[in-house]
Parts: sequence; C-alpha cells; structure tokens
Amino acid sequence: MNILAMDTSNRALSVAVLSDDRILAEKTTDVNKNHSTTLLPAIDQILKDSHLTSDQIDRFVVAQGPGSYTGLRIGVTTAKTFAFTLHKELVGVSSLASLAGNIRHTNALLVPLFDARRDNVFTGVYQRDDHGQLTNVVSDKHVPVAALIAQLKMLNEDIIFIGTDVAHFAERFRAAFGQQAHFADDEANLPHASELGLLGAQKEAVKDIHAFIPHYLRRTQAENDWLKTHSDKGHQPYVEEV
Amino acid sequence: MESKRELILAFESSCDETSVAVIEDGTKILSNIIATQINSHKRFGGVVPEVASRHHVEYVTRCTEDAMKAANVTYDDLTAVAVTYGPGLVGSLLIGVTAAKTIAYAHHLPLIPVNHMAGHIYAARYVKPLEYPLLALLVSGGHTELVYMKAAGEFEIIGDTRDDAAGEAYDKIGRVLGIPYPAGKEVDRLAHLGHDTFNFPRAMIHEDNDDFSFSGLKSAFINTVHHADQIGEKLSREDLAASFQAAVIDVLVTKTIRVAKRLGIKQLVVAGGVAANQGLRERLAQVVKDEHLDLDVVFPPLRLCGDNGAMVGAAAHIELQKKHFAGLDLNADPSLEFAYAATYQP
Repeated sequence: MNILAMDTSNRALSVAVLSDDRILAEKTTDVNKNHSTTLLPAIDQILKDSHLTSDQIDRFVVAQGPGSYTGLRIGVTTAKTFAFTLHKELVGVSSLASLAGNIRHTNALLVPLFDARRDNVFTGVYQRDDHGQLTNVVSDKHVPVAALIAQLKMLNEDIIFIGTDVAHFAERFRAAFGQQAHFADDEANLPHASELGLLGAQKEAVKDIHAFIPHYLRRTQAENDWLKTHSDKGHQPYVEEV
Repeated sequence: MESKRELILAFESSCDETSVAVIEDGTKILSNIIATQINSHKRFGGVVPEVASRHHVEYVTRCTEDAMKAANVTYDDLTAVAVTYGPGLVGSLLIGVTAAKTIAYAHHLPLIPVNHMAGHIYAARYVKPLEYPLLALLVSGGHTELVYMKAAGEFEIIGDTRDDAAGEAYDKIGRVLGIPYPAGKEVDRLAHLGHDTFNFPRAMIHEDNDDFSFSGLKSAFINTVHHADQIGEKLSREDLAASFQAAVIDVLVTKTIRVAKRLGIKQLVVAGGVAANQGLRERLAQVVKDEHLDLDVVFPPLRLCGDNGAMVGAAAHIELQKKHFAGLDLNADPSLEFAYAATYQP
C-alpha cells in the first residue's frame, strides 16, 4: 500500500511517501512560510522523488489536529480532496500522537504539546505499551498549563515533553516535576510525516470523506458567546444547498 | 472529428458561500452548486470569518461531487480548473484555492486564478455576449466601483467608494431597523411600500468625480432613528427604507449614467450582490427609457448576482484564452484589486 502523509498543523511542514512500512521519501521544513504556497509543491517533489504519481497513492494520511486552524484546514482540505477526487482512502491522525510517535524505546509518559496562547496548551498524554505500540493515556484537549501540571502530578511517572513550543513552559515543568521531567531533542520536537504515515497505516479509513474536518478542539469565540444565550438544538441547517 | 467541448470546473469560496460549477465554453452552465451559510452567520449578525472557514471545509468536496454529477461529466472531460483567489476573507478563500489546486494537480489540468470581482461582471455573460468598451457598476457588501473594460479581461477602476460599500450600508441600517443579516432584500421590499419622505443626503452627487460615499447617509439614517427614539416618536419603517434606498439609488444611477455618457459606453453591466436590488433595476431601466439613451443595461440573473461558481467559470473562460495560469504555489490574496485607471484621482 502506497501512503502519502502530510502535516501542516503548525509552523513546520512535513510530507512523506511510504510503501507499506518502508519510508520512500520525507521532506520536513520549519520556516515561517504559508503552507498554502508550500504544501502542494512539496508533495509534488516527494512524489517525483518516489517515482510515483498521486493516482498511485492508495491512502492519504493527514494530521487532523489540534494545531493552527488555518494550517489544519490546508492539510485536511488537501488530503480529503485527493482522497475524494481519486477515490482513495483517507485517514486522520492526531497531530499530537504523531509527535509522541517520535519517541521510541521508553515507557515514560509522552506529553506532546502546542502553545494555544493565554497560558493554555493543546496536549494529550501518550505512552508506549510492552510491545512498543503507542497508546493514548489522556485524550487530546485544550487545557490551562496549570491543569496539565496537576494531572501529570497525579500520574507520578517520568515524563518526556515534546514539541517546539515546550521551551515556553520548560522552567515550570522543571519546577513542578524535577528529575521526572525530560525534554525531547530538536529532531523529535519536529513533526515527521513518516511517523504520521506509519500511525495512519494502522488505522481504519474514514467512511464519509465529505464529513471529514479538522479536530480543532475549540469552538470559535463567536459560537461560545452565542451559546451563552441560545440553544444549539432544533435549528435549520447552518449550511444548505440552494 | 468533433472538436472537444471546453469544460471548466470553477470554485468560489471567498465569503460565506461554497460554490462549484461546471461551465461549457464560458457561456453554458452545466451545473452551479451553491451551499450558503446564511443560517449560520445570522446567529452573529454578520459573517464570522473563522466560522465561515470551518463550514467551507465541510462542504467543498460535497459541492464538487454534486457539480460533477449534475453536469454529468468526468475529470477526463475537463479542460481546466478555475478558482477565485481574491478578494475576500483569507480563511474562506484558502479552502477553494486548496481544493482547486489539488484537483488540478491530481488530474493534470491547468489551473486558472480568477479575480472575484471579474467573476461578478462576467455573470452578465450568461444573459448575452459582452460588448467592449464596457462599463460595469460593481455593487456588493465589500465593493462599490465603476470599472471600465476596454476589452475582454481588461479592468480599470475609474470610480470607487471613499468609505462604506453600498451593500455594507444596507446591512448597517438593516440592523437599526431590526432586520436580520443580510438585510438588502428586506430593505428593498420595505422601500417599495414606502415613500422618500426623509430626504437623506446624496453624498458627492454633484461633485466633479466618479466616486461614491455612503457613510454620511448611514449616519444620517441612524441619527434620524435615534432622535425619534429619544423623543418617543414612531417613524414609518417603510418610509425610512424608501428614503434610504432612494438616496443610494440616486447617487449610483446619476454618477453611473454620467460616466456612461461621457465615455460613450454602449453596454452597462450591473453586478454584485446589490445588483439583485429591484429598486436599482427599475430606476436604471427608467432613466435609460426617459432619456432615450443608446445604452444596453445588463443585469445578471438573480441567482448569479450573489457569489457563485458559474460566474468564476465565465471569467475563467477569458483567462484561459489568454493562457493566464497559476502554479501549485497559488495563494489566496484577500486584498486583490483591479488596477486604478491612469486618470483616476482619489
């Protein structure tokens, strides 16, 4: 099975081509550029490097979130459009799981995170089981950093924090967890679409490609404000073909 | 051998409509699927960009599938893929741009970038062939412009609004009258039931330039209503709407006709969301008749006045002839504008 995997959920861009469990090509950049201009050229390049065309891809795997809303939409729209228009499989993988997957050969808690501003993070807790399989311990969510620290204290295990945004909180993690706090290296802090592809190879394909959307993990501010005084039940369809 | 049909798959997602169309030879609409988000944005009294972007992701492949099915074509039949890349809301534009690029790439088709405003003008092509030089009055929620077209696909702004767009003024005074967003249609309906009794200002109507201004009118309207509220006077909503609409139409029609006469224009296209306004349609027809003008006024069909993929396909047909293609690095350009004419002086 040929897989094309893509991650545009944060500043970094990563794309990879896999054939079964073999990584044929991967390209990862971490420069502040618009993913809209860089994603398809990057895909074009690694497909050419792999001597494949897009219609020879059997499964499109995308980092489904959380992350930057605009970045997620570019990746998700690209992946779902490929799968839809070429009648191929589509799989979404957590952007956080993909980062956690960068760390192998440990049974420490794996805590990937993205800065969500105002002292909040998008994070989840992962761990490798006895067979080395990545498992999800605490599901992905949007939480205050203080709440994450409190939750991790209860688990009382060695922790590896992962992601380029971890640096913003490193002092607080050291103060809270002392010797139990560990930090991933630069290589593991970047998303790697090859890891995303390997995780995506194990999942079931999406049933309804049209309905596939990013896991933003947050409602918009406008909707939150509206819901304070209104009910979301029994309304007309918000979007309708006319 | 029969020559192949020119078929363009066209995407539009610049604001709160996801639309995909299949257009034959720039003149025939094989399909034009429009998914509108109005019911969603009504909750907030206007379009919320992040909410709009999220809806576009939910609908872009659905609309594509429906457009291809309704047109009864396959990807092999297509000549090119076209997409609006600006102006508009950047997050919304990006969904159409991303989907269009991906489809063009997957099926090895050329990609045609289209200016949304050119699309609005070319919606008139579904009524009759366009004749140049042509004058277009573009009126929508974001634009109020007079555009001169020397030839197909060539656009120069010769008049522009100095502040609010006409459609924006409708939405703002609509809010004061308690009309849900978008207010244009209801204000138009009320206006037909009332009379122009308030004599609101016709800004810049006698000035020696081709520009517009609607913020003074909006303020005069709001002040009138607030003043009446304070002294407990009840004003006629119908007369308020009629007076507002008369002021807008007086300025639009007077200045547009003046430019058309000065430039010796034979065909006037009125385009954009406000082109659906019945009052504007009636007045222009009346002036042309009363003054015996040799001016052909073309309004797109109502369904094509709002944002839609068909108009993008019609504009793309011209760009295809000019071989104006984009690469895989095409980006959304939220502030894309036609160039101003060399003679334009703000």
